[in-house]
Amino acid sequence: MSLPVSPRPSAEAPEAFDAAVGSAALKARLRHRVLVFTVTCSTIALLLWAMQSGGFGANLVYSFAVGSCCWLFIEGLRRGTAVLVRWRRRWFGLPALANNKPGVLATLPLVALGAAAGAPLGLWIGDMLTGHKSPSLLQWQAPATRVTLAITLIASLIIVFAISTRERLAEARAAAEAAQHRATEAQLKLLESQLEPHMLFNTLANLRVLIGVDPPRAQAMLDHLIAFLRATLSATRGDLNPGAHTLAAEFDRVADYLALMGLRMGARLVVRLSLPEALRGAATPPLLLQPLVENSIRHGLEPKVAPGRIEVTAMAANDQLVLTVRDTGMGLDAEAAAGAQNADTHFGLAQIRARLHALYGERACLTLAAATGDEGGTVAQVRLPLSLPQPLPGAA
Amino acid sequence: MTRPTALIAEDEPLLAESLRSELARQWPELHVAALVGDGASALSHALALRPSLCFLDIRMPALSGLEVAQALAEEWPLDAPFPLLVFVTAYDQYALKAFDVQAVDYLVKPVTPERLAACVARLRARLQRQGVAPLDQALQQTMAQLRALLPDVAPGAAAAPQLEVIQAQVGAVVHLVPIGDVLYFEAADKYLRVVTAEREHLIRTSLRELLPQLDGRRFWQVHRGTVVQAQAIATARKEESGKVTLTLRGRSETLVASRLYAHLFKGM
Repeated sequence: MSLPVSPRPSAEAPEAFDAAVGSAALKARLRHRVLVFTVTCSTIALLLWAMQSGGFGANLVYSFAVGSCCWLFIEGLRRGTAVLVRWRRRWFGLPALANNKPGVLATLPLVALGAAAGAPLGLWIGDMLTGHKSPSLLQWQAPATRVTLAITLIASLIIVFAISTRERLAEARAAAEAAQHRATEAQLKLLESQLEPHMLFNTLANLRVLIGVDPPRAQAMLDHLIAFLRATLSATRGDLNPGAHTLAAEFDRVADYLALMGLRMGARLVVRLSLPEALRGAATPPLLLQPLVENSIRHGLEPKVAPGRIEVTAMAANDQLVLTVRDTGMGLDAEAAAGAQNADTHFGLAQIRARLHALYGERACLTLAAATGDEGGTVAQVRLPLSLPQPLPGAA
Repeated sequence: MTRPTALIAEDEPLLAESLRSELARQWPELHVAALVGDGASALSHALALRPSLCFLDIRMPALSGLEVAQALAEEWPLDAPFPLLVFVTAYDQYALKAFDVQAVDYLVKPVTPERLAACVARLRARLQRQGVAPLDQALQQTMAQLRALLPDVAPGAAAAPQLEVIQAQVGAVVHLVPIGDVLYFEAADKYLRVVTAEREHLIRTSLRELLPQLDGRRFWQVHRGTVVQAQAIATARKEESGKVTLTLRGRSETLVASRLYAHLFKGM
């Protein structure tokens, strides 16, 4: 019953989700860009016409021609910069960025440059279309030149910042949505793996038989199943952090699970749990030992014909808590050969590693190794900072 | 008719015992010849005891219920009627789907007395009919079902990328064997023998893992433990038992294609 989720679909699903979001976002982005551009250019044409400089139609043509050229140049410059940034990072061996687009500060000179290049080209196109002859922008002293350049620059800035502000917001929102989606998915996967149908129905089948032959033992087993289900459901409902969860509670859950497995496997399973009294109160993330124990059973002991043993021990070493799950099962090599060391195992281990890293950083680790000795099997070991509750003042 | 016998293969002792006692209650004349807890014992006991029925748990140590069925179909002697197979599973949608429309029964755990009664009635009817029907009918039927169930290695079905080179480690040296040089693969305990014209290597991969990575047009599975490169096969001789003996180009030994795969070899 270890986390049976293959990494492939889990990796694909968010991508597919992102892609779907991306396609819709791309359309929305394009619509917004065209809208901002059209409104700004039309406003400029209206303003120029109101200032009685030429007819409205001609102003509209000039406004859109200059606007289009500026947009073309600015967008080209921004994309070019992004490509340059990517090349430079690759050249220096730096990891690629998700977004190479220049930031606000780098955008300012790019806009100025783009506007300066776009304005004369736009004017020339406008001249071609209307048949007018605009004064050359090289006549720097002419007031018309200054007005044209000022309008172009200001309009470009308005357009670029109106667009990029909105796009940054949209990107942030999309990223947040994707993260939320992934978190929900991970939670669902955990629940799914904990309530693995094969384990559940076999356990129920055993309970059904036991009710007929040994009712008191059936009741005890039902209590184990209830405790196991309750712990699983509350842990998968979100709180996976070591709050009030103690090592004793974690051992109790492992004991529940192993009692159920003992019922199913009979004499084939020998269980040894060892938790020193002093460590009972140590803070432990919930469902930390559980996946390791499940891996041992599922891939180590269940596929093995001969009886086997699982030992779960806790000890303190310096200021570290060392939790060990050892089995005398098939061993890592045999498991790999049988294809058992598959996505399930990896998901379980990867999940524990990720949780340990998030909680303790470099101060915690998980190792998996072949057991030494004649019996073979596998040893999984978790090390994390030891955190014991402070004795209450006054309590002797 | 002689008293029917049964083999029960179930790794969970309580469930095995419960199935035995419920069968004893519902079918008193049925004799449970063996109660085994793993797939390998199920296979050896079935071949030795030749029961009329086998109840096979799908998920068992050593061999799965389906693997036991496949091995039985391949190894069963022709002078005894092939046993009727009943698969027992806690939750295995794949197996359920495959057997839903087939004559071989399956039971879902927990097995209720009512469901078992229906199964028993079906088995009794089949056993009675088997008295007059050709002996190998059950075998033919099981083989047809197994062929439908076996992993499809047909071209295009392979989702995994195709292997180009087999990497076999001997001590500190890794030998790279081009896939085209491999005449056949043969399962050997925990290993897989990779046999070329000149020599052989051992790799720690199961045939089950390897199969999806092979081109099904080039490499044919001919036995549950053997995959052979079609171009390396020189002749195929059909035997009385339904098996096919293969001679190879470049190797002196022969290989055996089981009944399950005998249909691959037919004159054009």
